[in-house]
Amino acid sequence: MGYRWNWAVFLQPVGTGEPSTYLGWIVSGLETTVGIAITGWIIALAVGTAMGVVRTLPGRWLHWCSASYVALFRNIPLIVQFFLWFWAVPELLPGRLGTALKHLPPEEAGVLTSIVCLGLFTSARVCEQVRAGLQALPDGQQAAGLSLGLSRFQTYRYVLLPVAVRNLVPPLTSEFLNIVKNSSVASTIGVLELTAQAQRMIDYTSQAYESFAAIIGGYALLTGLIMIVGRRIEKTVRLAASGR
Amino acid sequence: MPYSFHWNVIPKDLPELVRGLHITLEITAVALVAGFLLGMLLALFRLSRSWWLSAFARGYVTAFRAVPLPVVLLVFFLVVPQLLVTFLHLPPGTDIRRVSALIAFSLFEAAYYAEIIRAGVNSVPGGQINAALALGMTPLQSMRLIVLPQALRATVPLLLTQAIILFQDTSLVYVIGLGDFFTIASNVGARDGTTVELILFAGACYFCVCTAMSAVVRRLQVRFGGISGSETI
Repeated sequence: MGYRWNWAVFLQPVGTGEPSTYLGWIVSGLETTVGIAITGWIIALAVGTAMGVVRTLPGRWLHWCSASYVALFRNIPLIVQFFLWFWAVPELLPGRLGTALKHLPPEEAGVLTSIVCLGLFTSARVCEQVRAGLQALPDGQQAAGLSLGLSRFQTYRYVLLPVAVRNLVPPLTSEFLNIVKNSSVASTIGVLELTAQAQRMIDYTSQAYESFAAIIGGYALLTGLIMIVGRRIEKTVRLAASGR
Repeated sequence: MPYSFHWNVIPKDLPELVRGLHITLEITAVALVAGFLLGMLLALFRLSRSWWLSAFARGYVTAFRAVPLPVVLLVFFLVVPQLLVTFLHLPPGTDIRRVSALIAFSLFEAAYYAEIIRAGVNSVPGGQINAALALGMTPLQSMRLIVLPQALRATVPLLLTQAIILFQDTSLVYVIGLGDFFTIASNVGARDGTTVELILFAGACYFCVCTAMSAVVRRLQVRFGGISGSETI
């Protein structure tokens, strides 16, 4: 008994009759993973930054809202959130919106769900990073901004956020790595991203080791690229800071 | 038309859900203990003076952190049966899904615990090791008696936070079809056409448990002080 290695399997036409090879499946899975991760990241960054700023503002009510938001998304497992968005939300949304969602083709509904779910899940983590970054600044900076006559918005816009952002690049890079890895959970709601393509390939070819090697290589490639870009961004903003 | 809930199915499904909860708790407990012990070993390897041990630990942690957990579970589900049959001579009736999930989670968590423990050891001032060595302790003694007790104390909140994450992550055994709490809830829902109720119920359960545990961790954090770890987690 032995495993029959066959790396040429990637060049074979796929078993479904589509005009594609198994390598084509893996590449299209990689594209879907990247697409979901980047679109979700835009949501995460926008919502997370807003929530993180709100968390540092004075005012108990706002603070409570933002803390509950973070707790909600951090205390429910990601796969449960995926299922909630995919199965429960369309049923619970009132009127035409819910009906429209239910009539989407499953693949599109899956991608849409994944983007929203990953975006909001990651936004709660971005919120915590932004809050930590803002709270790490000396109190005097905010006081100085306000006493110069800047409004609170201007203080955040011109004083606090530009400084905080520089320290936030490494933790946000690692959150971006997380969103890429977490996107593999989308395979459970039928999105054909990298992990799902490998499973599909195993179903058709039984070449499990090659399929897994391919997607692990894919994730490693993405991880490497993200780390290089993150480091470059870190360097760029640091240069700008020291060049003042 | 608004959705009409049938919450009365929950009590009926409870026995099945409890069976799933057993699996969830078993994986959490085993991975917690095994992952912690392995993680400690890896952290010591990483900090050791031997280049090989250190490189091995670094490679191990990097590899497990680069791959998504669902993929790790799938790979182990594929690889472990062959290994088990060859090495351990497991009885034929063994639940391969359960064994491979236990092994995958233990090895996966070890990578994360190793990083936490390493951060804890690094948080102990270097002068303490020098002092211990100057008192005539061997490097091993100074690690065991001086550094590790302080390092572990400093990492208690982080280790517990990681345990909460682990508890949530066990739901990912869905990808290999192992019947944990969430997978059972999802399967029962699909079988009876009550997916919405069961997923909402499962989500609420996880939320309550994890919120309560987070509150406990925050308490401990105040008591133990400890290193902050927003970048480790």
